[in-house]
Amino acid sequence: MEKTRVNRQFFERLLDTLLPFLAVLAAFIIGAVILSLQGVNPWEAYKAMVVGAFGSKNGLADTLVKATPLLLVGLGIAIAFRGGVINIGAEGQLIVAAVLTTFVGLQLGDSLNSTLVIVISLIAGAVMGGLWAAIPGYLKAHLGVNEILSTIMMNQIAIQIGFYLLRGPMIDPAEVEAGTNIPHSARLPKAIDMPRFTDLAKSLGFTQSAKDLNLQGASKEIYGVLVEPTRLHSGLIFAIVMAILIYIFLWRTTIGYRIRAVGLNPHASRYAGINVKANMILSMTLSGVFAGLAGAVEILGLHHRMFEPLAVSAGYGFSGIVAALFGKLHPLGMIPSSILFGGLLVGGDKMQRAMQVPQVLIQAILGLVVLFVVSTDYFARKRQNRRVSVD
Amino acid sequence: MNENLTVLAIILGIVHSGIRLATPYLYAAIGETFAQRSGVLNLGVEGVMLMGAFFGFFTVFQTGNPWLGLVAAAIIGLLMGLLMSVVSITFQAEQGISGIGLYMFGLGASSLLFKTMLGTVAGVDGFSELKFCFGGSFCLTDIPVLGDIFFSHSIMTYGAFALVPVSWWALNKTTWGLKIRAVGQNPEAVDSLGVSVTAVRYAAVSLGSALAGIGGASLSISLLGIFQENMTNGMGFIAVALVYFGSWRPKGVLLGALLFSAVNALQLWVQVLGLNIPSDVAVMLPYLLTIIALALPFRRSLQPAALTKPFARGEN
Repeated sequence: MEKTRVNRQFFERLLDTLLPFLAVLAAFIIGAVILSLQGVNPWEAYKAMVVGAFGSKNGLADTLVKATPLLLVGLGIAIAFRGGVINIGAEGQLIVAAVLTTFVGLQLGDSLNSTLVIVISLIAGAVMGGLWAAIPGYLKAHLGVNEILSTIMMNQIAIQIGFYLLRGPMIDPAEVEAGTNIPHSARLPKAIDMPRFTDLAKSLGFTQSAKDLNLQGASKEIYGVLVEPTRLHSGLIFAIVMAILIYIFLWRTTIGYRIRAVGLNPHASRYAGINVKANMILSMTLSGVFAGLAGAVEILGLHHRMFEPLAVSAGYGFSGIVAALFGKLHPLGMIPSSILFGGLLVGGDKMQRAMQVPQVLIQAILGLVVLFVVSTDYFARKRQNRRVSVD
Repeated sequence: MNENLTVLAIILGIVHSGIRLATPYLYAAIGETFAQRSGVLNLGVEGVMLMGAFFGFFTVFQTGNPWLGLVAAAIIGLLMGLLMSVVSITFQAEQGISGIGLYMFGLGASSLLFKTMLGTVAGVDGFSELKFCFGGSFCLTDIPVLGDIFFSHSIMTYGAFALVPVSWWALNKTTWGLKIRAVGQNPEAVDSLGVSVTAVRYAAVSLGSALAGIGGASLSISLLGIFQENMTNGMGFIAVALVYFGSWRPKGVLLGALLFSAVNALQLWVQVLGLNIPSDVAVMLPYLLTIIALALPFRRSLQPAALTKPFARGEN
């Protein structure tokens, strides 16, 4: 009797773990049907995608580069979710943060110690993202404004503010001089680029390339990603450290406990003396802080200048939601999840080049993943209800 | 004197484009009113509109018949509504998230199909402006001032305005409307009377979604005559907000739609006239207004009690 129960629990837990994968699989099957209808061999297309994302040094590096903002945005999404609010505004929070980070970086330039400037610019981005999210948080807590709608509207406002500043006060003087007037800022001083992996490796004494060491196969590519010059930068390490910190914050501190309590049951929390409104604003603000950090890291680690707002945010505000949901809203689960979806974004780009399949297919597949993942939650919930009623 | 005339012309221009631009908002927001009154927040309207805009456009492009385009847009809208219903009603998913999934799917799929099936930006002749001529000589459009404002729109615009009293009647004067309202207010009570909550919600969401599809098509085959990726650019989300703004009543939605399209028209005129307001700031206006409108405290008590709450028999 006892044994069958244990077996069943094990089986159910296994199923819970597998369900998101089945959801992704289902989304890809529908994608394959769409591809076949367009006369494209889906097997070839998906193969180009996987090979493009994970099959080479540069592909793998790009995958990790995209995983970085996905993870940071996803952490913010998860905090909001755990606190019982929904943040669809990461896109806008990322943009305003990227703008302010660029501004601060340009102002301080190399006047101070470069590490200090990087830290100050990161903090500026975090604060800006947090403030941008605090507005819908406050409106939700005190005026009952649906935060999903207000955050979506805030996205549009952020895009326009970005455009306004880049066309006007923040435009690269060189663009004005040349008369081309492309809306982007000047490049930040090289001294405040977040170090790339290859710089870190060099400072640790790894100077030989994979060729020098005669490495073959996978180890050659992995060594290449870590040591040879690629776009991969230290933002990835920063994001992973943040994921661990957020795990500790949510599950090992009182403030984190309160946030989760409000998310699980606001009424019981209020009864227990927790300030529900304040915690709602707090979780929304923290959520924006992480979207802001994503924007700051993108600027300091990858772009080194601010340009077209939607090209900087690159849809991370939405794909970050997918990564967060797939990672079961768990900070540590979101690390592999972000890498997987980073790979999907890179793979989509490679697939477009190799097979002439428009990259927007990935957007459609991401949407289906969301729909299927939230649908599969139903089975987990149902089992939980049954367990409660049996016990 | 001359200056006064210019001001008058601008105001008339704003009213005229305001009425025109209200068209897509009205279809989508009235449709969403049905969904929300039944207790389902369909946040995916934006994605549905894009799919409707593409399928409507593509059908007109192939057949040259705008009516067929309208049917295609309604059908794809209905199918998107069924997808939303399966996820949000049968599988009881969190509606804030499932709607975003539907939006992402609609945005991606409409762009993908456009790129692979058309590839280039082409225009179509959709619904043209009606003339209202009598006896071959007298046209209502010839009436000074008013004629141009009220009698120079396409049939889709008149259809959108006609939808307001029709939906009011359907919601308030028919048994089906009563069921929708009851399911959104107190699903347990409806269930205990032997009426299927699920069936009523499926119907309301699918109908609403079909209207959103038509709203998208009104943009691509009537107002603009072209299709572009992401051409709705947030209209669907504003339509959802309009339902809140209009206190879940068709009349209120109409008022909101007119207000918003007037602001939109104003924004376009600011750009046309080259006023000393940066165009980026002008584009921001409707979104800013949406947030302010949502924050206004009046009549929030009219919100359907079961909005966003999935129904499961015996769980409450």
